[in-house]
Amino acid sequence: MAKELKLMKGNEAIAEAAIRSGCDGYFGYPITPQSEVMEYLMAEKPWERTGMVVLQAESETSSINMVYGGAGVGKKVMTSSSSPGISLMAEGLTYLAGAELPALVVNVVRGGPGLGTIQPSQADYFQATKGGGHGDYQLFVLAPATVQEMYDFVFLGWEIAFKYRNPVMILSDGAIGQVMEKLYVGDYVPRWTDEELRKNAPWASFGKPADRDHHIITSLELDSAKQEQHNHKLQAKYREMEEKEVRFEAINCDDADYIFVAYGSSARIAEKAMQLGKEKGYKIGILRLITLFPFPKKKIAELSTKVKGMLAVEMSAGQMVEDVRLAAQFRCPVEHFGRYGGIIHTPQEVLEALEEKIIKRK
Amino acid sequence: MFNQDIVKPENLVYKKTDVLTDKIMHYCPGCGHGTTHRIIAEVIEEMGIQDKAICIAPVGCSVLAYNYFEVDSLGAAHGRAPALATAIQRLNPDHHTFTYQGDGDLAAIGTAETIHACNRGENIVIIFINNGIYGMTGGQMAPTTLIGMQTATSPYGRTVELNGYPLQITELLAQLPGTYFVTRQSVHTSAAVRKAKKAVRQAFENQKNKKGTSFVEVVSNCNSGWKMTAPKANEWMVENMFVKYPIGDIKVDGEIVQK
Repeated sequence: MAKELKLMKGNEAIAEAAIRSGCDGYFGYPITPQSEVMEYLMAEKPWERTGMVVLQAESETSSINMVYGGAGVGKKVMTSSSSPGISLMAEGLTYLAGAELPALVVNVVRGGPGLGTIQPSQADYFQATKGGGHGDYQLFVLAPATVQEMYDFVFLGWEIAFKYRNPVMILSDGAIGQVMEKLYVGDYVPRWTDEELRKNAPWASFGKPADRDHHIITSLELDSAKQEQHNHKLQAKYREMEEKEVRFEAINCDDADYIFVAYGSSARIAEKAMQLGKEKGYKIGILRLITLFPFPKKKIAELSTKVKGMLAVEMSAGQMVEDVRLAAQFRCPVEHFGRYGGIIHTPQEVLEALEEKIIKRK
Repeated sequence: MFNQDIVKPENLVYKKTDVLTDKIMHYCPGCGHGTTHRIIAEVIEEMGIQDKAICIAPVGCSVLAYNYFEVDSLGAAHGRAPALATAIQRLNPDHHTFTYQGDGDLAAIGTAETIHACNRGENIVIIFINNGIYGMTGGQMAPTTLIGMQTATSPYGRTVELNGYPLQITELLAQLPGTYFVTRQSVHTSAAVRKAKKAVRQAFENQKNKKGTSFVEVVSNCNSGWKMTAPKANEWMVENMFVKYPIGDIKVDGEIVQK
């Protein structure tokens, strides 16, 4: 089948991608600004299209644990929520990581802290990339900037999740979740048969055949020496991700004097700010992050030796900027700009911030 | 006569089920967990469903239940077992997913997951061990702790003023239309063990016939937590626990049979 052009909200693209990517089950709980994901699924009846299970749980706590159960038996399972709901899922996320289970979790971020606002925000960067739950663990974090990427990253998410046996988070925001854009959808990836599941997820607790011992999915290890070994294994996996899976888009970075480092909605706003800057004669490039973990440390280190300064643009009080500074190691000035609490910065504000904080810096 | 003269297939009168592993159980002698494990495993063997059985272990004394059942298993976060079971059974309608949970796990931290799984009528089996105390963490008060009962966090005895009432969650769950079979059993005598096993069998048969939620409570002693010898703990259980938590079927074939 050729690619088919559609017009959809970002949240709907997530749902359609789930159906087409061979997802076995979605478990969710309503919360603005991502409720369209489950609304779309319930209206589409994917159990008739592909046999996919969809269930509205009694809480986010329950939905992430349904995901844990489904993942533990080797199924492709996912959930979506927005910031306060993701906080409730923190328990499940660390258990998924500890038990090394593949799963897909979408966070359509809204402004916080607390119940906050329902408007877009990027203030969950720390929560997504530095834990949120307890213990030494990492989620693999993808940051879509378009409705097309909302769709594509569901497919990519399954690949990464099963390759590394690790939960993957799609860290979006209310703007990308709600905006309608054109996108291309492609062929269906069929759901795995039981035989394919046993082959592709040989570790799963899918039912014990007579010819093997029972499988146990758990994150518990009472022997701390073994627990440390397990942590070594997890850390090795995270280092492998850093080695092999870093993704970013470098726009006009080669001869740039200044770099906007941004992801998601902020990267798109920064692109407009870059154009405005060009009119003023500034040579600006954009490093658009696609993976937030693994973080493109090497690329930022490389750029930091060539440019006059970097501005981390994010809809938060300054979270990603910490990682940019760590990677730049004071080789160039790194400043932060961003509106937050549900306010989206304008391209003009971004350019002004670059001028004030970097270009005209004394 | 020598041993080798006796140990012959024709003299075999009892054999441990292969659905239990050979690992030595960590449970305290006299506790009901071991017996309850055995009857579940025997039912799985007798029904020939070992390849389809999925055990969800809780957090609590039976956190390591997955080490003893020779079936594919998952360890849940505290209280979340019914959420795991919900997803697993819906994704695999012909499997036999069962949870094994204690009173703290099922009736305190996991109350929401328990009630909603039962209310949706999930086609799962829930085995609920009620000993009125948090055994693993050292004998703290549970939602099912009786009034006046001394625990590590109710050292002067549980009072209504401070702690509210013991929660009869099994009676509560029987009120939900999603539950098909709700029963309360014990495993302190051989007669009780036989009845409990029959109830567990009924629960798994209901699941096979896709009847909805089957819920088997097993009232057990916690001789360590209660600070009694095992025989004394069983006596105390009969005299006190059985008053608040009377043994017998509460709901059969979707109909309430005992108030």
